[in-house]
Amino acid sequence: MQYLLASTRKGLVTFTKHGSGWKPASIHFNGIPVSLSHYDPVRNHLWSFQDHGHWGIKVSRSGDLGKSWEEIPAPAYPKGAEVSDGVEASLKYIWAAMHLPEGSSHTMIIGTEPGGLFHWSEENREWTLNESLWNRPERKGQWMGGGRDHPGIHTIIRNPEDKNHWYIGISCAGVYETTDAGRTWEARNIGLKADFLPDPNAEYGHDPHLVAMCRENPRVLWQQNHCGIFRSADGGKSWQEIGDTDTPAHFGFAIACHEEDSNRAWVAPALSDEKRVAVDHALCISRTDDGGKTWKSLRNGLPQEFAFDLVYRHALVSQGEEVIFGTTTGNLFHSQDGGDTWQAISNHLPMVYALQLAEIPD
Amino acid sequence: MPEIHFTQALKRFFPKLEPVRSEKSSIPDILEELEEKYPGISGYILDDQGHLRKHVNIFIDGRMISDRTGLSDEIDDQTEVYIMQALSGG
Repeated sequence: MQYLLASTRKGLVTFTKHGSGWKPASIHFNGIPVSLSHYDPVRNHLWSFQDHGHWGIKVSRSGDLGKSWEEIPAPAYPKGAEVSDGVEASLKYIWAAMHLPEGSSHTMIIGTEPGGLFHWSEENREWTLNESLWNRPERKGQWMGGGRDHPGIHTIIRNPEDKNHWYIGISCAGVYETTDAGRTWEARNIGLKADFLPDPNAEYGHDPHLVAMCRENPRVLWQQNHCGIFRSADGGKSWQEIGDTDTPAHFGFAIACHEEDSNRAWVAPALSDEKRVAVDHALCISRTDDGGKTWKSLRNGLPQEFAFDLVYRHALVSQGEEVIFGTTTGNLFHSQDGGDTWQAISNHLPMVYALQLAEIPD
Repeated sequence: MPEIHFTQALKRFFPKLEPVRSEKSSIPDILEELEEKYPGISGYILDDQGHLRKHVNIFIDGRMISDRTGLSDEIDDQTEVYIMQALSGG
Protein backbone atom coordinates (compact mmCIF):
# COMPACT_ATOMS: atom_id res chain seq x y z
CA MET A 1 0.00 0.00 0.00
CA GLN A 2 1.25 3.45 -0.90
CA TYR A 3 1.40 5.77 2.13
CA LEU A 4 1.92 9.47 2.58
CA LEU A 5 3.32 10.36 6.02
CA ALA A 6 2.54 13.93 7.04
CA SER A 7 4.43 15.16 10.11
CA THR A 8 2.60 18.17 11.46
CA ARG A 9 2.49 20.59 14.35
CA LYS A 10 -0.24 18.48 15.94
CA GLY A 11 0.82 14.93 15.17
CA LEU A 12 1.63 12.43 12.46
CA VAL A 13 -1.20 12.02 9.93
CA THR A 14 -1.06 9.18 7.43
CA PHE A 15 -2.83 8.97 4.07
CA THR A 16 -3.25 6.01 1.73
CA LYS A 17 -3.48 5.97 -2.04
CA HIS A 18 -6.77 4.91 -3.60
CA GLY A 19 -6.73 5.01 -7.38
CA SER A 20 -5.33 8.41 -8.23
CA GLY A 21 -6.38 10.03 -4.96
CA TRP A 22 -5.37 10.04 -1.29
CA LYS A 23 -7.52 9.37 1.76
CA PRO A 24 -6.68 10.07 5.42
CA ALA A 25 -5.90 6.84 7.29
CA SER A 26 -4.65 7.50 10.82
CA ILE A 27 -3.47 10.05 13.39
CA HIS A 28 -0.59 9.45 15.81
CA PHE A 29 0.81 11.57 18.67
CA ASN A 30 -2.36 13.63 18.70
CA GLY A 31 -1.61 17.24 19.61
CA ILE A 32 2.15 16.78 19.77
CA PRO A 33 4.47 18.50 17.27
CA VAL A 34 6.15 15.90 15.05
CA SER A 35 9.19 17.38 13.35
CA LEU A 36 9.82 14.44 11.05
CA SER A 37 8.85 10.83 10.40
CA HIS A 38 10.79 8.28 8.41
CA TYR A 39 9.85 4.84 7.13
CA ASP A 40 12.74 2.36 6.86
CA PRO A 41 11.59 -0.31 4.35
CA VAL A 42 14.62 -2.52 5.03
CA ARG A 43 13.49 -3.20 8.59
CA ASN A 44 9.81 -2.23 8.30
CA HIS A 45 10.35 0.42 10.95
CA LEU A 46 8.38 3.64 11.07
CA TRP A 47 10.32 6.26 13.05
CA SER A 48 8.76 9.43 14.34
CA PHE A 49 10.49 12.34 16.05
CA GLN A 50 8.48 14.54 18.39
CA ASP A 51 9.25 17.99 19.65
CA HIS A 52 7.30 18.24 22.91
CA GLY A 53 7.17 21.83 24.01
CA HIS A 54 7.59 20.86 27.65
CA TRP A 55 9.11 17.42 27.77
CA GLY A 56 11.85 17.64 25.17
CA ILE A 57 12.66 15.73 22.01
CA LYS A 58 11.35 12.17 21.85
CA VAL A 59 12.02 9.32 19.43
CA SER A 60 9.37 6.68 18.74
CA ARG A 61 9.43 3.66 16.51
CA SER A 62 6.77 1.28 15.27
CA GLY A 63 7.10 -2.11 13.63
CA ASP A 64 3.39 -2.37 12.82
CA LEU A 65 2.71 0.90 11.04
CA GLY A 66 1.71 2.78 14.14
CA LYS A 67 -0.60 0.25 15.78
CA SER A 68 1.91 0.33 18.64
CA TRP A 69 4.89 2.57 19.35
CA GLU A 70 8.06 2.03 21.30
CA GLU A 71 9.88 4.99 22.81
CA ILE A 72 13.56 4.86 21.86
CA PRO A 73 16.12 6.78 23.96
CA ALA A 74 16.69 10.22 22.48
CA PRO A 75 20.24 11.12 21.45
CA ALA A 76 22.31 13.00 24.04
CA TYR A 77 25.28 15.26 23.49
CA PRO A 78 28.39 14.29 25.45
CA LYS A 79 28.87 16.09 28.76
CA GLY A 80 30.79 19.28 28.19
CA ALA A 81 29.98 19.49 24.47
CA GLU A 82 29.61 23.09 23.33
CA VAL A 83 27.80 24.69 20.39
CA SER A 84 30.19 27.61 20.65
CA ASP A 85 32.54 28.72 23.37
CA GLY A 86 30.58 28.85 26.62
CA VAL A 87 27.29 27.64 25.06
CA GLU A 88 26.45 24.11 26.15
CA ALA A 89 25.12 21.69 23.54
CA SER A 90 21.86 19.95 24.32
CA LEU A 91 19.35 18.38 21.96
CA LYS A 92 16.89 20.94 20.54
CA TYR A 93 15.39 19.32 17.45
CA ILE A 94 15.58 16.33 15.12
CA TRP A 95 15.57 17.61 11.55
CA ALA A 96 16.83 14.83 9.26
CA ALA A 97 16.76 11.04 9.11
CA MET A 98 18.21 8.41 6.80
CA HIS A 99 18.12 4.63 7.12
CA LEU A 100 21.07 2.54 5.99
CA PRO A 101 20.99 -0.65 3.91
CA GLU A 102 21.43 -4.17 5.23
CA GLY A 103 24.92 -4.98 6.40
CA SER A 104 25.60 -1.52 7.83
CA SER A 105 26.93 -1.34 11.36
CA HIS A 106 24.37 1.36 12.13
CA THR A 107 20.80 1.28 10.92
CA MET A 108 19.69 4.90 11.19
CA ILE A 109 21.37 8.30 11.02
CA ILE A 110 19.70 11.47 12.24
CA GLY A 111 20.58 15.14 12.00
CA THR A 112 19.88 17.48 14.87
CA GLU A 113 20.01 21.01 16.13
CA PRO A 114 22.60 21.93 17.34
CA GLY A 115 24.67 20.58 14.45
CA GLY A 116 24.90 16.94 15.51
CA LEU A 117 24.85 13.80 13.40
CA PHE A 118 23.93 10.73 15.44
CA HIS A 119 24.28 7.05 14.43
CA TRP A 120 21.88 4.46 15.88
CA SER A 121 23.20 1.06 16.91
CA GLU A 122 20.42 -1.49 17.19
CA GLU A 123 22.75 -3.86 18.99
CA ASN A 124 23.69 -1.37 21.72
CA ARG A 125 20.41 0.53 21.55
CA GLU A 126 22.16 3.86 21.67
CA TRP A 127 22.98 6.89 19.57
CA THR A 128 26.59 7.89 18.98
CA LEU A 129 27.59 11.41 18.01
CA ASN A 130 29.62 11.54 14.80
CA GLU A 131 32.73 13.09 16.30
CA SER A 132 34.67 13.62 13.09
CA LEU A 133 32.00 16.08 11.99
CA TRP A 134 31.45 17.55 15.45
CA ASN A 135 35.19 18.12 15.90
CA ARG A 136 35.71 19.96 12.63
CA PRO A 137 37.75 23.07 13.40
CA GLU A 138 35.38 25.45 11.64
CA ARG A 139 32.26 24.25 13.50
CA LYS A 140 32.33 26.55 16.51
CA GLY A 141 33.35 29.70 14.67
CA GLN A 142 31.84 29.37 11.21
CA TRP A 143 28.65 27.40 11.65
CA MET A 144 25.66 29.43 12.83
CA GLY A 145 21.93 29.29 13.32
CA GLY A 146 19.67 29.86 10.33
CA GLY A 147 15.93 29.62 10.88
CA ARG A 148 16.67 28.00 14.23
CA ASP A 149 18.81 29.25 17.12
CA HIS A 150 21.75 26.96 16.43
CA PRO A 151 23.15 25.23 13.34
CA GLY A 152 20.91 22.35 12.28
CA ILE A 153 21.46 19.32 10.03
CA HIS A 154 18.35 19.08 7.85
CA THR A 155 19.59 16.92 4.96
CA ILE A 156 21.18 13.46 4.97
CA ILE A 157 21.20 11.73 1.59
CA ARG A 158 23.04 8.68 0.31
CA ASN A 159 24.34 7.65 -3.07
CA PRO A 160 22.15 4.65 -3.96
CA GLU A 161 25.17 3.02 -5.61
CA ASP A 162 27.48 3.36 -2.58
CA LYS A 163 26.32 2.85 1.00
CA ASN A 164 29.30 4.80 2.38
CA HIS A 165 28.80 7.90 0.21
CA TRP A 166 26.61 10.54 1.88
CA TYR A 167 25.94 14.24 1.73
CA ILE A 168 24.60 16.38 4.55
CA GLY A 169 23.16 19.87 4.49
CA ILE A 170 23.50 22.26 7.42
CA SER A 171 21.82 25.61 8.04
CA CYS A 172 24.09 27.43 8.36
CA ALA A 173 27.35 25.79 7.39
CA GLY A 174 26.76 24.36 3.93
CA VAL A 175 27.06 20.97 2.27
CA TYR A 176 29.50 18.27 3.36
CA GLU A 177 30.37 14.99 1.64
CA THR A 178 31.71 11.76 3.09
CA THR A 179 32.78 8.71 1.08
CA ASP A 180 33.63 6.57 4.11
CA ALA A 181 30.34 6.49 6.02
CA GLY A 182 31.08 9.55 8.09
CA ARG A 183 34.68 8.95 9.14
CA THR A 184 35.95 11.95 7.13
CA TRP A 185 34.19 14.94 5.61
CA GLU A 186 34.82 17.50 2.86
CA ALA A 187 32.95 20.78 2.48
CA ARG A 188 31.20 21.14 -0.89
CA ASN A 189 30.28 24.80 -1.15
CA ILE A 190 32.18 26.08 -4.17
CA GLY A 191 29.91 28.21 -6.34
CA LEU A 192 27.37 28.90 -3.63
CA LYS A 193 26.83 32.42 -2.38
CA ALA A 194 25.92 33.64 1.07
CA ASP A 195 24.67 37.23 0.77
CA PHE A 196 24.32 37.46 4.54
CA LEU A 197 28.07 37.02 5.16
CA PRO A 198 30.78 39.67 4.76
CA ASP A 199 32.33 37.34 2.16
CA PRO A 200 29.49 35.75 0.14
CA ASN A 201 31.93 33.20 -1.27
CA ALA A 202 33.18 32.03 2.14
CA GLU A 203 34.05 28.36 2.40
CA TYR A 204 31.63 27.82 5.31
CA GLY A 205 28.50 29.45 6.68
CA HIS A 206 26.19 28.81 3.70
CA ASP A 207 22.49 28.16 4.10
CA PRO A 208 21.32 25.29 1.92
CA HIS A 209 17.66 25.00 2.90
CA LEU A 210 17.50 21.49 1.45
CA VAL A 211 19.67 19.30 -0.78
CA ALA A 212 18.30 16.61 -3.14
CA MET A 213 20.00 13.93 -5.23
CA CYS A 214 18.90 12.39 -8.55
CA ARG A 215 18.56 8.66 -7.84
CA GLU A 216 19.58 7.49 -11.33
CA ASN A 217 22.35 10.05 -11.72
CA PRO A 218 23.71 10.68 -8.22
CA ARG A 219 26.33 13.12 -9.44
CA VAL A 220 23.48 15.57 -9.98
CA LEU A 221 22.58 17.41 -6.79
CA TRP A 222 20.08 20.20 -6.34
CA GLN A 223 19.62 22.68 -3.54
CA GLN A 224 17.15 25.36 -2.60
CA ASN A 225 19.43 27.77 -0.81
CA HIS A 226 18.61 30.86 1.20
CA CYS A 227 20.28 32.84 -1.57
CA GLY A 228 18.89 31.12 -4.65
CA ILE A 229 18.58 27.73 -6.33
CA PHE A 230 21.73 25.78 -7.21
CA ARG A 231 22.56 22.60 -9.14
CA SER A 232 25.72 20.54 -9.26
CA ALA A 233 26.55 18.07 -12.04
CA ASP A 234 29.79 16.87 -10.47
CA GLY A 235 28.73 15.49 -7.12
CA GLY A 236 28.90 18.81 -5.32
CA LYS A 237 32.44 19.76 -6.32
CA SER A 238 30.97 22.89 -7.92
CA TRP A 239 27.56 24.51 -7.88
CA GLN A 240 25.86 26.65 -10.51
CA GLU A 241 23.12 29.13 -9.68
CA ILE A 242 19.99 28.24 -11.65
CA GLY A 243 17.26 30.35 -10.01
CA ASP A 244 15.46 32.97 -12.07
CA THR A 245 14.67 36.27 -10.40
CA ASP A 246 12.30 37.14 -13.27
CA THR A 247 10.01 34.31 -12.12
CA PRO A 248 8.99 33.19 -8.60
CA ALA A 249 11.71 30.48 -8.71
CA HIS A 250 14.30 32.06 -6.49
CA PHE A 251 13.65 32.13 -2.73
CA GLY A 252 12.05 29.24 -0.90
CA PHE A 253 12.78 26.28 1.35
CA ALA A 254 11.80 23.02 -0.37
CA ILE A 255 13.15 21.24 -3.43
CA ALA A 256 12.36 17.83 -4.96
CA CYS A 257 13.98 16.27 -7.98
CA HIS A 258 12.94 13.59 -10.44
CA GLU A 259 14.46 10.17 -9.69
CA GLU A 260 15.35 9.43 -13.35
CA ASP A 261 15.42 12.70 -15.29
CA SER A 262 18.36 14.66 -13.89
CA ASN A 263 17.16 17.86 -15.59
CA ARG A 264 13.86 17.92 -13.76
CA ALA A 265 13.10 19.43 -10.33
CA TRP A 266 10.41 21.29 -8.41
CA VAL A 267 10.66 24.15 -5.91
CA ALA A 268 8.04 25.92 -3.80
CA PRO A 269 8.66 29.67 -4.19
CA ALA A 270 8.13 32.11 -1.33
CA LEU A 271 8.27 35.86 -1.16
CA SER A 272 11.61 37.07 0.15
CA ASP A 273 13.56 36.36 3.24
CA GLU A 274 11.78 39.15 5.13
CA LYS A 275 8.12 38.32 4.43
CA ARG A 276 7.92 34.58 3.87
CA VAL A 277 4.48 34.28 2.31
CA ALA A 278 3.27 32.98 -1.06
CA VAL A 279 4.57 35.17 -3.90
CA ASP A 280 1.82 37.76 -4.69
CA HIS A 281 -0.38 35.73 -2.31
CA ALA A 282 -0.83 33.27 -5.18
CA LEU A 283 0.38 29.74 -4.55
CA CYS A 284 2.57 28.07 -7.17
CA ILE A 285 5.13 25.35 -7.60
CA SER A 286 7.94 25.96 -10.10
CA ARG A 287 9.39 23.21 -12.27
CA THR A 288 12.40 23.04 -14.49
CA ASP A 289 12.70 20.44 -17.26
CA ASP A 290 16.06 21.60 -18.55
CA GLY A 291 18.42 21.55 -15.60
CA GLY A 292 17.42 25.00 -14.40
CA LYS A 293 17.76 27.00 -17.61
CA THR A 294 14.05 27.82 -17.49
CA TRP A 295 11.27 27.53 -14.88
CA LYS A 296 7.53 27.11 -15.32
CA SER A 297 5.11 28.41 -12.70
CA LEU A 298 2.50 25.72 -12.09
CA ARG A 299 -0.75 27.16 -10.70
CA ASN A 300 -3.64 25.16 -12.15
CA GLY A 301 -5.79 24.12 -9.17
CA LEU A 302 -3.90 26.15 -6.56
CA PRO A 303 -5.34 29.22 -4.76
CA GLN A 304 -4.39 32.39 -6.62
CA GLU A 305 -5.50 35.08 -4.19
CA PHE A 306 -5.21 35.76 -0.46
CA ALA A 307 -2.89 32.78 -0.02
CA PHE A 308 -0.26 32.96 2.70
CA ASP A 309 0.96 29.37 2.38
CA LEU A 310 4.63 28.69 2.89
CA VAL A 311 6.10 25.26 2.14
CA TYR A 312 8.66 24.11 4.69
CA ARG A 313 11.83 22.41 3.48
CA HIS A 314 10.70 18.82 4.01
CA ALA A 315 7.13 19.34 2.84
CA LEU A 316 7.53 18.88 -0.95
CA VAL A 317 7.99 15.35 -2.31
CA SER A 318 7.85 13.67 -5.69
CA GLN A 319 7.78 10.18 -7.11
CA GLY A 320 7.67 9.87 -10.87
CA GLU A 321 5.06 12.36 -12.04
CA GLU A 322 3.36 12.49 -8.64
CA VAL A 323 4.18 15.66 -6.72
CA ILE A 324 2.78 16.45 -3.27
CA PHE A 325 3.27 19.42 -0.96
CA GLY A 326 1.94 20.58 2.40
CA THR A 327 1.88 24.12 3.71
CA THR A 328 2.11 26.17 6.88
CA THR A 329 -1.61 26.89 6.69
CA GLY A 330 -2.57 23.23 6.63
CA ASN A 331 -3.19 22.70 2.93
CA LEU A 332 -2.07 19.50 1.25
CA PHE A 333 -2.05 19.34 -2.57
CA HIS A 334 -1.06 16.68 -5.05
CA SER A 335 -0.49 16.44 -8.76
CA GLN A 336 -0.44 13.34 -10.96
CA ASP A 337 1.07 15.09 -13.97
CA GLY A 338 4.28 16.61 -12.73
CA GLY A 339 2.57 19.69 -11.36
CA ASP A 340 0.57 20.75 -14.44
CA THR A 341 -2.69 20.35 -12.50
CA TRP A 342 -3.31 20.17 -8.74
CA GLN A 343 -5.98 18.76 -6.45
CA ALA A 344 -6.38 19.30 -2.73
CA ILE A 345 -5.97 16.29 -0.45
CA SER A 346 -6.86 18.32 2.64
CA ASN A 347 -7.44 22.00 3.51
CA HIS A 348 -7.57 21.67 7.27
CA LEU A 349 -4.46 19.99 8.54
CA PRO A 350 -2.18 21.51 11.18
CA MET A 351 0.95 23.25 9.92
CA VAL A 352 2.78 20.66 7.79
CA TYR A 353 6.43 20.15 8.72
CA ALA A 354 7.46 17.18 6.60
CA LEU A 355 6.16 14.63 4.09
CA GLN A 356 7.39 11.21 3.06
CA LEU A 357 6.04 8.83 0.41
CA ALA A 358 6.45 5.19 1.34
CA GLU A 359 5.40 1.78 0.05
CA ILE A 360 4.46 -0.12 3.20
CA PRO A 361 3.28 -3.74 3.21
CA ASP A 362 -0.12 -4.38 4.79
CA MET B 1 9.90 11.55 53.97
CA PRO B 2 9.52 14.07 51.14
CA GLU B 3 6.33 13.68 49.15
CA ILE B 4 6.46 13.98 45.38
CA HIS B 5 3.51 15.11 43.25
CA PHE B 6 3.24 15.32 39.48
CA THR B 7 1.38 17.32 36.89
CA GLN B 8 -1.47 15.35 35.33
CA ALA B 9 0.15 16.04 31.93
CA LEU B 10 2.83 13.44 32.68
CA LYS B 11 0.23 10.72 33.09
CA ARG B 12 -0.22 10.66 29.31
CA PHE B 13 3.25 9.14 29.06
CA PHE B 14 3.38 7.36 32.43
CA PRO B 15 -0.20 6.24 33.11
CA LYS B 16 0.67 4.59 36.43
CA LEU B 17 2.26 7.72 37.85
CA GLU B 18 0.98 8.52 41.36
CA PRO B 19 2.20 10.76 44.20
CA VAL B 20 4.99 8.99 46.11
CA ARG B 21 7.01 9.35 49.28
CA SER B 22 10.76 9.11 48.96
CA GLU B 23 13.50 8.31 51.45
CA LYS B 24 15.97 10.35 49.42
CA SER B 25 17.23 13.69 50.64
CA SER B 26 18.07 15.56 47.46
CA ILE B 27 16.27 16.35 44.20
CA PRO B 28 18.81 14.47 42.00
CA ASP B 29 18.46 11.37 44.19
CA ILE B 30 14.67 11.58 44.08
CA LEU B 31 14.74 11.81 40.29
CA GLU B 32 17.07 8.83 40.10
CA GLU B 33 14.68 6.85 42.26
CA LEU B 34 11.76 7.89 40.03
CA GLU B 35 13.69 6.77 36.94
CA GLU B 36 14.01 3.28 38.42
CA LYS B 37 10.28 3.12 39.05
CA TYR B 38 9.21 4.82 35.80
CA PRO B 39 11.95 4.19 33.21
CA GLY B 40 12.40 7.17 30.93
CA ILE B 41 10.72 9.75 33.15
CA SER B 42 13.90 11.67 33.95
CA GLY B 43 14.24 12.48 30.23
CA TYR B 44 10.90 14.27 30.44
CA ILE B 45 12.02 16.40 33.38
CA LEU B 46 15.73 16.93 32.62
CA ASP B 47 17.47 17.64 29.32
CA ASP B 48 20.35 15.56 27.99
CA GLN B 49 22.80 17.59 30.09
CA GLY B 50 20.91 16.83 33.30
CA HIS B 51 19.45 20.33 33.69
CA LEU B 52 15.81 21.05 34.43
CA ARG B 53 14.00 21.48 31.11
CA LYS B 54 13.20 25.06 30.23
CA HIS B 55 9.45 24.54 30.35
CA VAL B 56 9.31 22.30 33.41
CA ASN B 57 9.12 23.61 36.98
CA ILE B 58 9.86 21.96 40.28
CA PHE B 59 8.23 23.55 43.32
CA ILE B 60 9.71 22.83 46.74
CA ASP B 61 7.24 23.64 49.51
CA GLY B 62 5.57 26.11 47.19
CA ARG B 63 8.79 27.82 46.09
CA MET B 64 10.07 27.48 42.57
CA ILE B 65 13.40 25.66 42.47
CA SER B 66 16.29 28.14 42.28
CA ASP B 67 19.10 25.90 40.98
CA ARG B 68 17.76 24.68 37.65
CA THR B 69 21.19 23.45 36.58
CA GLY B 70 22.53 21.52 39.56
CA LEU B 71 19.18 20.89 41.34
CA SER B 72 20.94 21.56 44.65
CA ASP B 73 18.01 23.18 46.48
CA GLU B 74 17.73 21.73 49.98
CA ILE B 75 14.83 19.58 51.05
CA ASP B 76 13.90 17.94 54.33
CA ASP B 77 11.67 15.14 55.63
CA GLN B 78 8.54 17.25 55.43
CA THR B 79 9.15 18.74 52.01
CA GLU B 80 6.46 18.59 49.36
CA VAL B 81 7.87 18.50 45.85
CA TYR B 82 5.66 19.30 42.86
CA ILE B 83 6.88 18.52 39.34
CA MET B 84 4.87 20.73 37.01
CA GLN B 85 4.89 21.99 33.44
CA ALA B 86 5.41 25.71 32.95
CA LEU B 87 2.53 27.61 31.37
CA SER B 88 4.51 28.34 28.27
CA GLY B 89 2.56 29.72 25.36
CA GLY B 90 -0.34 31.13 27.40
